[in-house]
Amino acid sequence: MAEILVLAEHAGGDVKKVTGELITLARRFGTPAVVWAGPGAEEGRARCAEFGAEKIYVADDPAVDDHVTAPVAMLLAQLVRDQSASLVLIAGTPQGKEVAGRLAVKLDSGVLTDAVDLVPGDEGPVAEQSIFGGATVVHARVKRGVPIVAMRPNAISPQAAEGAAELVPVTLSEQADGARVLERVIAERGERPDLTEAAIVVSGGRGTGGPDGFVLIEQLADALGAAVGASRAVTDAGWYPHKFQVGQTGKTVSPQLYMAIGISGAIQHRAGMQTSKTIIAVNKDPEAPILELADYGVVGDLFKVVPQLLDEVAKRKSL
Amino acid sequence: MKIVVCVKQVPDTASDRKLKPAASSGGGGTLDRAAVDGEVNELDTYAIEEGLRIAESQGEGSTVTVLTMGPDKAAEVIRKALSMGADDGVHVQDDALTGSDALGTSLVLAEALRRYAEGFDLVILGSESTDARMGVMTAMVAERLGVPQVSLASKVDIDGGTIRIRRVSDDGYHEVESTLPAVISVVEKINEPRYPSFKGIMAAKKKPVQTVSLADLQIAPDQVGLAGAATEVTDFSVRPPRQSGTIVKDDGDGGVKVAEFLAARKFI
Repeated sequence: MAEILVLAEHAGGDVKKVTGELITLARRFGTPAVVWAGPGAEEGRARCAEFGAEKIYVADDPAVDDHVTAPVAMLLAQLVRDQSASLVLIAGTPQGKEVAGRLAVKLDSGVLTDAVDLVPGDEGPVAEQSIFGGATVVHARVKRGVPIVAMRPNAISPQAAEGAAELVPVTLSEQADGARVLERVIAERGERPDLTEAAIVVSGGRGTGGPDGFVLIEQLADALGAAVGASRAVTDAGWYPHKFQVGQTGKTVSPQLYMAIGISGAIQHRAGMQTSKTIIAVNKDPEAPILELADYGVVGDLFKVVPQLLDEVAKRKSL
Repeated sequence: MKIVVCVKQVPDTASDRKLKPAASSGGGGTLDRAAVDGEVNELDTYAIEEGLRIAESQGEGSTVTVLTMGPDKAAEVIRKALSMGADDGVHVQDDALTGSDALGTSLVLAEALRRYAEGFDLVILGSESTDARMGVMTAMVAERLGVPQVSLASKVDIDGGTIRIRRVSDDGYHEVESTLPAVISVVEKINEPRYPSFKGIMAAKKKPVQTVSLADLQIAPDQVGLAGAATEVTDFSVRPPRQSGTIVKDDGDGGVKVAEFLAARKFI
């Protein structure tokens, strides 16, 4: 069986959830082989094995880690050629998509981004993409070169499978160059899960009325173990940091549960959350477009509904 | 300093965007650009503004060129950038470009930069377009030109021949440094794009815009457009509206009802 290369997303030895998703997906097409750029492969190995990775190609070269995008694309191109890989899977994060773009140029191969599913087809893998804010579902394929697909995080459920996860050291055949990383700064995130990886996202909109009202959104998120999101109205007004914006120009999320609190649901916002599995909305306006998307919607005052919900969640937890 | 900003005309995000028939129906499944109003890709407006600010801070002799690829009507986005203060424009327009994928587009932009912006110090792009949302163009253009990619910048500082940016990462940011020339991309909110002034709009009408064909770039028509694309839309469907859920009015028990729904679905 052909090798399927999966570019690992990791922070040191800590394997990101999306990596398990990609290894699971790779099994549909061939033998999953993880590509690990930078340090931490020894620590991350067991986690990759749990999802069925047979090999882990490791380039623990400081030059790879210290340069932006280019060396990782070089590494992947080298492995695609040396191992005759038939597919490359990359996490569809902004940084991952850059690697995908460079690799596509190097191999003169087609690249598909933001796929929410990928299935074998008669003429190679067929990707499902959700475009125009989720209003249109597209099936696309690569017709030249080795397919490179950037998958939207959270789109595939990771499934356990046993893999040997044999560590295979790789040396870059070319000198890494380009822009250099001087320093890495980790933003304070507290205890909340990452917005794009979270199983539950609780988002607040204009209806929260300001930073004081937005505290309710944080409280609800914490009660549910969820990530906090915000509509553009909220981040534009400076009520909550911009990096939490969900929407067309912000983050795209696909959680199991999305709660839109005081968000009307303009196209700008829907574009970032429409593929969520279950949607709950609370809005005082019965005409709010978000209610059309909601599996469950409450027309009412969020300042009454959310505190009551918090009480109820606390009650049920203490049972 | 010689700065080039790449801009894209996209359909108004609030309009009803549609695709043309896909491969299964004998078409290309490309965006129906004629059907909707075009606007400058919002994320590119931050790139234009950043280009203008850098040019202003670098002083006399600095220029900002706007580069776009697209049909006749895409000239509107060049005018918009010129009215904000850019100096001149390059518009790559050729019927054979219709249906180009990211590989084709990056080839065209890279060749246009080589031939019509020779000696550039800085190429600036928005982080993605609001229509295709691929977010690959900066990396592709940098790869083709063989110059450093300094992308996803939320802050840009230039000191002589060195550029230093704050690069957005998934858990914070990285301080990244490179020599010039470089290809950079900027993220939303790096700045507040200016509105064109009346004077700016009038002045834009006299600024030079070159229209360039594929032949001028020495690119064969079959390297781009649908013919040259390495990807294909096989089919598409307009998503049926989500099955309408249960909508209740809060009669004093809204919170309890949401909790019951969450419990029934095992979220709590």
